[in-house]
Amino acid sequence: MSATVLAHDADRSASCGGGVADVLASSRPRWGRRLRNRLALGAVVLAVAATAVPLASVIWESVRRGMARIDAELFSSSMWAVVGPGGGLLHALVGTLLITAATALIAIPLGLGAAIFLTEYGAEGRLASLTRRAVDIMVSIPSIVAGLAAYALFSLLLGPGTRSGLAGAVALAMIMIPVVVRSSEEVLRLVPQDLREAGLALGAARHKVIRRVVLPTALPGLTSGAVLGVARIVGETAPLLLVAGFTDAMNYNLADGRMTTLPVFIYTQWSAKGLDTAAYDERAWAGALVLMAVVVALQLAARHLPAQIAKLRRNR
Amino acid sequence: MAPVLAAPKPALPPTGDTPGGGGAGERAFSWGVRSAAIAVAAILVGVLAFLTIRGGPSMFAGAGDLPARATSFFQLAGPLAFGSLWVAAIALAFATLPAVGVALAATVYAPSPRFGRFLGAVLDLLAAVPSVVFGLWGLMVLAPLMTPVYGWLHDHLAFLPFFSGEPSVTGRTALTAGMVVGVMILPIMAAICRESFALTPPALMEAATALGATRWEMVRTAVLPTARSGIVAGGMLALGRALGETMAVAMVLSATPFLISFNVISPENPATIAAFIASAFPESAGRQVDALIGLGLVLFAISLLASIAGRRVARKAVAR
Repeated sequence: MSATVLAHDADRSASCGGGVADVLASSRPRWGRRLRNRLALGAVVLAVAATAVPLASVIWESVRRGMARIDAELFSSSMWAVVGPGGGLLHALVGTLLITAATALIAIPLGLGAAIFLTEYGAEGRLASLTRRAVDIMVSIPSIVAGLAAYALFSLLLGPGTRSGLAGAVALAMIMIPVVVRSSEEVLRLVPQDLREAGLALGAARHKVIRRVVLPTALPGLTSGAVLGVARIVGETAPLLLVAGFTDAMNYNLADGRMTTLPVFIYTQWSAKGLDTAAYDERAWAGALVLMAVVVALQLAARHLPAQIAKLRRNR
Repeated sequence: MAPVLAAPKPALPPTGDTPGGGGAGERAFSWGVRSAAIAVAAILVGVLAFLTIRGGPSMFAGAGDLPARATSFFQLAGPLAFGSLWVAAIALAFATLPAVGVALAATVYAPSPRFGRFLGAVLDLLAAVPSVVFGLWGLMVLAPLMTPVYGWLHDHLAFLPFFSGEPSVTGRTALTAGMVVGVMILPIMAAICRESFALTPPALMEAATALGATRWEMVRTAVLPTARSGIVAGGMLALGRALGETMAVAMVLSATPFLISFNVISPENPATIAAFIASAFPESAGRQVDALIGLGLVLFAISLLASIAGRRVARKAVAR
């Protein structure tokens, strides 16, 4: 950043009057170069606009078109037997909660365990390099392919055409595991080596050092990584469309039958419209607004939880 | 987003025997984390095995066993692979310059570190918007907005193959789909560019400024050349993501199977692999599903190639 400061100082001294400035003024770049400099700055400003405008538009349109349906009925009823206006997304909220929780229950222990192995035990062994390579490849699995793989697995186990929330959770776990492994590994590597050595030097067993020293030290970062992993999968649609299907009714059972989540709810409101299309569009946008709120909340949590955990610990 | 360019640090603790080790607790714990690592590797092997067992034979399937009344797997897969690459290329064309620009704004041009952090938050949020929301937005906001633009493009630039033929009246074209996917991959690319710009040696930037370079000249001579492979790596990884993008394309693009066309404003557009799988899956059964799984395998192979290439370039960027 020091170069930025330097450039600023040059600008300032060139623009203010006085003896030194006169000298500098004579060495000011000629107009062609100044123009190009200005044009480049303009292009950078445009690039920022090109990033900010779509984001602002997505948020604004979700609020504008979805706000009308943010009412009590939306959060208290399902789409069961609803063909026109009214209805709600309670079934999708419950589905999102259950499937996301199940995904996290699969992905976080596996991902964290693998990361602990990679940083604390494996180091440069063959299993470690194999696992690292597997994680690298898993990151690039397109989400719909994860859905197809889960479909192939469950149709092999339970016969073709089965749909369940659990199958959806398995598909999503394939997407979430590499995210958790990577972020956890990174955070665990940041734990100072001295802490581990101090623990070992006091005669503590390796697993005690990891559990009592390394993991607590890394906890804020680990939490943030896990939350980001959840944020990554909570908006997934395609794999769930394949293996969890969709339904208009409540379903509290992960192991049995179709289960709708918020993103799938949004998609089906658009794709399977009834006669009163405006009601369906409104519900889709209301769903988008709720989903955006969930995603923003998760992002904020990932950003601020580490500091909060650290503060809590300091006060204790 | 996890840094892609950060070099792996040297492995940490001394392995082997530890003074207090060897107890039952130690054995259980190390066995637990070891089996987690094995499980992660096994899941990948399982994914590949299931996809190959179910999807592999469909490459030799004939008419009747394939969706969309295709007569051979490659008649189906060829145009779809073209569609995926075509939409991804349009997305990259839209995303590259803004991504580099935003990354510059967050590093070299940032008036304060706080502004850089703010831009980072904006990019994180943009990356977190679910694709189904982008699909809804592209379909109902961007597409109607672009329709008059397509009319204008056709009226004035019809001599280019991209804009010949009657323009779409709904705006659900390859160009709109590419723009939506472009917005979605922009934050991925920007994050990697930002990382590689931050790796520019400060001394190089200060030297350029001290020699009287304007800020743009400093960027052009010191920042961009050192970050070039970082930019390419970001592009490749973003390409991998664009190829796998499903819902936004399935919702925005009005697709015709078996079509190979470079026209980007037509009402008939080539379909992409991912979007085709999503839209054909509900109405497929038996062997047709196997063919869709085979298509998934093709998609996986293509996007894996893109990300392997990207990672290789990224590693080179760090080594230099």
